[in-house]
Amino acid sequence: MLLVPCPNCGPRNSTDLRYGGESHARPDPNTASPAEWRAYLYLRDNPAGWLRENWYCASGCRRWFSVERNTATNEFRDPPLPGDKRGGAA
Amino acid sequence: MTMSRQGVQPTEVIDRAAKLRFRWNGKRFSGFEGDTIASALAAAGEHIFSRSMKYHRPRGILTADYWDPNLMVQVGDDPNVRAGHRLLESGMDVRSQNAWPSLNRDIKAANSLLGRFLTAGFYYKTFMRPQWLWPTYERVLATFAPGGKIDLDTPHAYHDKRYTHPDVVVAGAGPAGISAALAASSAGASVLLVSHEHAVGGHLRYSSDAADQAALTELRAALDASDVEVLTDSTVTGRYEDNWLGIVQRNHPIAVERLIKARAKTLVAAPGLIERPYVFEGNDRPGVITPGAARRLINLWGVKPGERAVVFSANADGDAAVADLERVGTEIAAVIDGRTGGSVSSTAGSSRAVEAVMVNGTNGAERIDADLLVVAAGWTAPTSLLNMAGDRPIYDPTAARFFPSDPPSNVLATGGLAGDADLDGLRQHGAATGRLAAARAAAVRHRLQSRTARALPVDGDEPAWAPDERAPLGRDPHPELYRADTHGMVDMSEDISSKDLVAAAHEGYDSVELAKRYTTATMGPSQGKLETVNTVAAIAEARGETISEVGTTVWRPPYAPLTLGALAGRMFEPVRVSSIQPWHEANNVSVIQAGQWLRPDHYGDPAAEVRNVRDNVGLIDVTPLGKLDLRGPDVPKLLSLLYVNKWMKLGVGRVRYGMMCAEDGVVLDDGVTGRLGEDHYMMSTTSSGAGGVWEWVENWLQTERPDWQVHVTPVTTAYASINVAGPKSRELMSRVCEDADLDAEAFPYMTVRQATVAGVEDCFMWRIGFTGELSFELHVPAGHGLHVWEALMDAGSDLGVGPFGLEGQRIMRLEKGHFIVGQDTDGLTLGPSTGLWSLIKLDKDDFAGKPELAWAADRSLPMVVAIQPDDPDVVPEEAAQIVRGNTNEILGRITSSRYSPTLNRSICLGQVEPDLAAGGTKLTVLLESGERIGATVIDHHAHFDPAGERLRG
Repeated sequence: MLLVPCPNCGPRNSTDLRYGGESHARPDPNTASPAEWRAYLYLRDNPAGWLRENWYCASGCRRWFSVERNTATNEFRDPPLPGDKRGGAA
Repeated sequence: MTMSRQGVQPTEVIDRAAKLRFRWNGKRFSGFEGDTIASALAAAGEHIFSRSMKYHRPRGILTADYWDPNLMVQVGDDPNVRAGHRLLESGMDVRSQNAWPSLNRDIKAANSLLGRFLTAGFYYKTFMRPQWLWPTYERVLATFAPGGKIDLDTPHAYHDKRYTHPDVVVAGAGPAGISAALAASSAGASVLLVSHEHAVGGHLRYSSDAADQAALTELRAALDASDVEVLTDSTVTGRYEDNWLGIVQRNHPIAVERLIKARAKTLVAAPGLIERPYVFEGNDRPGVITPGAARRLINLWGVKPGERAVVFSANADGDAAVADLERVGTEIAAVIDGRTGGSVSSTAGSSRAVEAVMVNGTNGAERIDADLLVVAAGWTAPTSLLNMAGDRPIYDPTAARFFPSDPPSNVLATGGLAGDADLDGLRQHGAATGRLAAARAAAVRHRLQSRTARALPVDGDEPAWAPDERAPLGRDPHPELYRADTHGMVDMSEDISSKDLVAAAHEGYDSVELAKRYTTATMGPSQGKLETVNTVAAIAEARGETISEVGTTVWRPPYAPLTLGALAGRMFEPVRVSSIQPWHEANNVSVIQAGQWLRPDHYGDPAAEVRNVRDNVGLIDVTPLGKLDLRGPDVPKLLSLLYVNKWMKLGVGRVRYGMMCAEDGVVLDDGVTGRLGEDHYMMSTTSSGAGGVWEWVENWLQTERPDWQVHVTPVTTAYASINVAGPKSRELMSRVCEDADLDAEAFPYMTVRQATVAGVEDCFMWRIGFTGELSFELHVPAGHGLHVWEALMDAGSDLGVGPFGLEGQRIMRLEKGHFIVGQDTDGLTLGPSTGLWSLIKLDKDDFAGKPELAWAADRSLPMVVAIQPDDPDVVPEEAAQIVRGNTNEILGRITSSRYSPTLNRSICLGQVEPDLAAGGTKLTVLLESGERIGATVIDHHAHFDPAGERLRG
């Protein structure tokens, strides 16, 4: 089971967290075309490699944070350290 | 083949003073403490333990250990026990499996005659057509299926779980594994050493060599003196991401099995090597064994494996078996040396025992009379844990086995898996591996601690990742011996011969992964430990390629089987109950499980509970209702963003219903939110949505609107929640509520008040009505829930107050036509389908799901409607389909249905196609029985009191 680096709680079992999926910006709801909005809803890059993604520390601090993970090796790159204020969607 | 108990052996593990009596197929037997079931039976002269799966050929001991494919037995109500491993206990009732009508004489052996029909892939070829015969096929196949009998009356047994975080886990307790554990422990690491066998020592245990025995004594003494935690009769079954390990412990003093979940910082894989059988004609005849089996029988249990033996030896283990056999008086008829070109081509004899061996040795081809054939043809490297870590082992034809290629740096191999050496060499490599594992574990530990905010400060910098400077082990040359010049069994668990594999390859199943699935080779209880490489070799031969070119199958968890009990129990799932639960339990409650909650479903008669609420007053415990305390100046903006309706002008003391949609416009949750103070709101969610909505709120606040000032506190369990409903609820509340004016004008529908109730301060209550009655939803600090409930019961005894449960509430909400998110809506139900178009305010600047809801305005959507069957006594099943006439064209479905005790008729909610949503539309509902009934859509969702006069009262 993956150890996920929560900036507050430290490395935690992935079952302690909720996977929030790929980070992606929310389009302006008033100007987005159906194609743009549905790309935001449903389309993911799903790369075999480095991916910026969101996690929610559901059983711990309940912080959403984003982190880069290599989906092929499960390595986390430059994981947030304690007190790191990065977070949210990129 | 005649096995018999011999005199005391210096290395034996049996206690001859402790005699254990047991039964084997109903007959009385005895063995000694320390015997396995198989060794005790072998000592008593038994040599047939099972019948093979397809051909029902008699089978005896092959390896005399855990992996022996022929030693599966039933012990009492415990099926599929490995008699080669399970220790004998007094009073055991051991029976053979898969041997109807008896082990020694059975009818299915006739299968042997049908062998040419039971070819590769015969399941796929034989039992397919005609399809209508399948039930018959299934019954026939079931009687052939191997495996023991499951007794459905077996009492529940206790299974345990343990979580541990050692620095180093060593899988395998041979000389290399023990040395690794000791070295890692000396270097300061916490170490867990896991031995698959009943005692540590690996192959030293059954060696009669004096130097081996001295080393074993020394290693065991060192372990005893160390801090290493040793688990015996336990197996590391799986390695997952970041060295998360599953370990099954089979010898727990209380639990049947214990599943240990270990987060190791480094893993040392030291499983040793597994003897590989050789493929030739008659290689499954009882009397053909591995050298390890011979040496275990002799040296551990004092059992002589036969009277006259041929030994086919291609390595030192075969040679050692010769010496052990001679010592106990087995006549060695011949030693055929596989290193110099000698070979064995077949055995002869009855189906029940070897009588002679056809060999091709230094004297040329000859037949040698013997009752025992020991075959030392090489080893399989059980690379499973490395496979699970992502490694793809590489075949070395010179050493005739697979070796690790590039495992991740926190997984280290040692012992036979890594190479060959003498005992000192193995111990040195093990120790070096242990030191490396400890050094790397220290670096991982430092990293974990320094990245945890509240951990103790960590000294110094993170240690550098220790380089692997171990002197590699050598690789002893070994002839590639997979199949003789004859065909024989490759997989003895599944009865797959080398001919079957050749046939499969010729039929096109020539990739090893395909051939495996087509023939089921390697898929039996041995799980490839004995037969994988022989399978690969057979495919390679059929393809005219090398083993390297064919490659091997991927070994996946578990390394050794574990029971479903170990995986399932013991659960750590909490059970939640409200503080009022003791009252429910004392009053004949029938509980229903809803997520983690146990909730009152009813108290005997839900229909009577409904009538009492409609006529008098009732109480329901709705504590699981989600409650989020929201504070801050930006709460209205948050509510406007999350709900489809408007919130900017909600006055203090007011309550409003809201519906939430996800970004795809699908209904997510609903509930009421009230404004308790200037910057203080209380949001309620559905009971099942409490956790999800909290995450949803946090997601918006943390990622999309981090600048907004809102504090969110989940208070679901901080309050006990009681809905007081019915025409007499105001009278009841006025008797217990001290400081609030409950008059209809002072405290009207859809408002909230804070109050002291039954002496309890800081309660709040809102006037809403899921049941459709005048009602007060009371939220009291959780510790006082039981007190307030009892106070209400006391105060209302003359008003006819009584409890009602979820079932009564469900009936009443259905009478009122209130939909339940997730019951009457599903994962495709857009907000407008609920009929609440007027709630959705598209003129708001932004809210979750707005674009999809705006586009939905141009589409016809399926609608939630209230439906009444024409026959008032027929209640269609929930999920019954609404169809077109006598066709099976689906036009919708019933989502909720009950018999209404208020209206004395059947009532429903359902979802229907857009053109069927108008009141008065006639529908056809297809019942589960196949009957079609007529039903009618009614004008509004409420079957009862559509004007809402009762709840506003």
